[in-house]
Amino acid sequence: MKIDANGLYYKDLNEKIYQAVVSGKREIVLENVNGQRYIGGGLRGDVKVVINGVPGNDLASFMDGPTIIVKSNGQDGIGNTMNAGRVVVYGDAGDIIGYSMRGGRIYIKGDVGYRVGIHMKSYKGSYPVVIIGGCARDFLGEYMAGGLLIILGLNRGDDLPIVGNYVGTGMHGGLIYIRGELEDYQLGKEVGIEEPSSEDLEQLEGYLEEYCNYFGLNVEDVQQKPFLKLYPRSHRPYGRLYAY
Amino acid sequence: MAKKTVPSEFIIERDDEKCITCQVCCRMCSNDVHTYDPELDEVNSDSTKCVGCHFCEMLCPTGAITVKRNPSEFKINANWTARVINDITKQAETGGVLLTGMGCDRPYPIYWDHILLNASQVTNPSIDPLREPMELRTYLGRKPDRIELESSDDGPGIKTQLGTQLKLETPILFSAMSYGSISLNACISLARAATEAGTLYNTGEGGLHRDLYKYGQNTIVQVASGRFGVHKEYLEAGAAIEIKIGQGAKPGIGGHLPGEKVSEEISQTRMIPEGTDALSPAPHHDIYSIEDLRQLIFALKEATRYRKPVGVKIAAVHNVAPIASGIVRAGADFVAIDGIRGGTGAAPTVIRDNVGIPIELAIAAVDSRLREEGIRNQASIIAGGGFRNSSDVIKAIALGADAVYIATAALVAMGCHVCQKCYTGKCNWGIATQDPYLTKRLNPEIGTRRLVNLLRAWSLEIKEMLGGMGINAIESLRGNREQLRGVGLTDTDLKLLGIKPAGEAW
Repeated sequence: MKIDANGLYYKDLNEKIYQAVVSGKREIVLENVNGQRYIGGGLRGDVKVVINGVPGNDLASFMDGPTIIVKSNGQDGIGNTMNAGRVVVYGDAGDIIGYSMRGGRIYIKGDVGYRVGIHMKSYKGSYPVVIIGGCARDFLGEYMAGGLLIILGLNRGDDLPIVGNYVGTGMHGGLIYIRGELEDYQLGKEVGIEEPSSEDLEQLEGYLEEYCNYFGLNVEDVQQKPFLKLYPRSHRPYGRLYAY
Repeated sequence: MAKKTVPSEFIIERDDEKCITCQVCCRMCSNDVHTYDPELDEVNSDSTKCVGCHFCEMLCPTGAITVKRNPSEFKINANWTARVINDITKQAETGGVLLTGMGCDRPYPIYWDHILLNASQVTNPSIDPLREPMELRTYLGRKPDRIELESSDDGPGIKTQLGTQLKLETPILFSAMSYGSISLNACISLARAATEAGTLYNTGEGGLHRDLYKYGQNTIVQVASGRFGVHKEYLEAGAAIEIKIGQGAKPGIGGHLPGEKVSEEISQTRMIPEGTDALSPAPHHDIYSIEDLRQLIFALKEATRYRKPVGVKIAAVHNVAPIASGIVRAGADFVAIDGIRGGTGAAPTVIRDNVGIPIELAIAAVDSRLREEGIRNQASIIAGGGFRNSSDVIKAIALGADAVYIATAALVAMGCHVCQKCYTGKCNWGIATQDPYLTKRLNPEIGTRRLVNLLRAWSLEIKEMLGGMGINAIESLRGNREQLRGVGLTDTDLKLLGIKPAGEAW
């Protein structure tokens, strides 16, 4: 079904989406979205939401299952504390993408802002994966506790760094793959860096396939450039701080 | 670890005449203070390990054990006290931050003890709560700016749509304590007691154990920066959601449950792998402003389809009034304020004892500010931080709070002797521990009973005091500062508290 979001307050728009899901709609197309927040917030079920226009902050926050396709750019806080589901953005996105996300996938075609993947965590069967086609700013993967962050740096100018500074500050779980180079000063002190093993690359390929399918990319092309693997040096970065 | 050079805080006196060497103390002490010597058939006690929790003293069947403060004293020095010397010694040995549990124990002024209540004499006669109706029921949540009425064939009705309210039978709630910081038996006791007494308890930031979902209608679920255990069912499970920004024992710093405490059960509730550190960063990284806070409040409201009140908890700090105003304007349905004496399972001592302000001043400042701005009705105020008895509670309400959060008092009701060693995970009373040998000491049936008793006792006392003032509903006392008078306070204190000095009439 189609919902015209033109001029709709976010509360009314989200109520319409919720009612549509409750009434059993499996595919919902939103037209003329223009900054409405919380689309897909707390939404559950086997449903696909296609967004034409730019959704506002906290898209898919607390979401548990649905797939959201954004045909243009996204804003801040996509997938905030998301439990399961998929968000695919055919453009750029803002800050704190995937904050405390516990499961599901977020695929961004273009660049993202600051603190992306902050405090992502995995638990049992849940394993969150965020793949960014472009570049990311500072504090990527801060406090990261689990899951996978992949930065591809496609279509970037030669003089632009693929990620900002303080990558993985406070990281104590999960993995980050970066397709490009890093200077030591860009890394948080809790992060180790190494070349991925052949098993790592095999695993990586599995995750990249779906991403590439969405954006019409060729996995082999993406793999042309070498990846770096970032891992937490310790799962207990802040032990031995206290007296008795 | 280097040999301890800090003198023992307590000494254990054992009356050999009374000791029957039954060894209960040896088996029970989690700190291994007592040991049995079979050759001499006697029990010895190593006072250096004693934390002063008095568990052995209570269990000893013959009353042979007395735990006393160690009378050994340093040379008297107002500056270099025993505490100061011992703290420096510990830090010189370890190079570590001093850690503690429970609330600030420094002798800052307790304003409650300088505030006196009014009572009726001759005019406006007092009310006997035993024989006349006395209303403690409290509704928390946003109240409308005005009520519009409509009349229909069925008679008059309220046209204004009211937001969801939390209904309390007494204006006392159990404050946030996570499963992890306290045992499941302690959580169950709090949940059942809240259910039985018609009030709410708070999960803290540790998620909700599956056995506790059935108490959801009496649960406030907390959302903190680490988002541990926060997911759709969790948000839906509670009667309300509380965003935790800060707590009185450690304003401005985050939480840190060390990996060794993340057992299988805790890991399921927090939804993190076993053995990993649970780090709650100090700030929510999606909140850098009141506008951002509004975004999270409404993200939670949206996720629960506007069915749950959403509140925000902050520590009482210098700027608490404008911050609270911002929180209300951000759309919170209640504001929880935690004063400097608020407790914790673990906090750096230097933070606990030096950061924040007393709750009395914070309540007065926030209530006044919200009134001045004409937005007091938009959110309820829940005050916390060291409430010791029913008179503290009633004074807080007269100062302007809607209800009060208690936690330390609730722990004491369950057996806690405030030894401040919660962070060690060795609580002999079975409260602040996950060790199955210790947790089974707290029987949830008994814990529930004692908590319900405490709420009943305080509620009866509040009714007595209300009746004495000639007031028959707690609603009528809220922010009624004329019922309070200060003794031994400075003009500035009185001005900040908004009360008159004792001796001054209306």
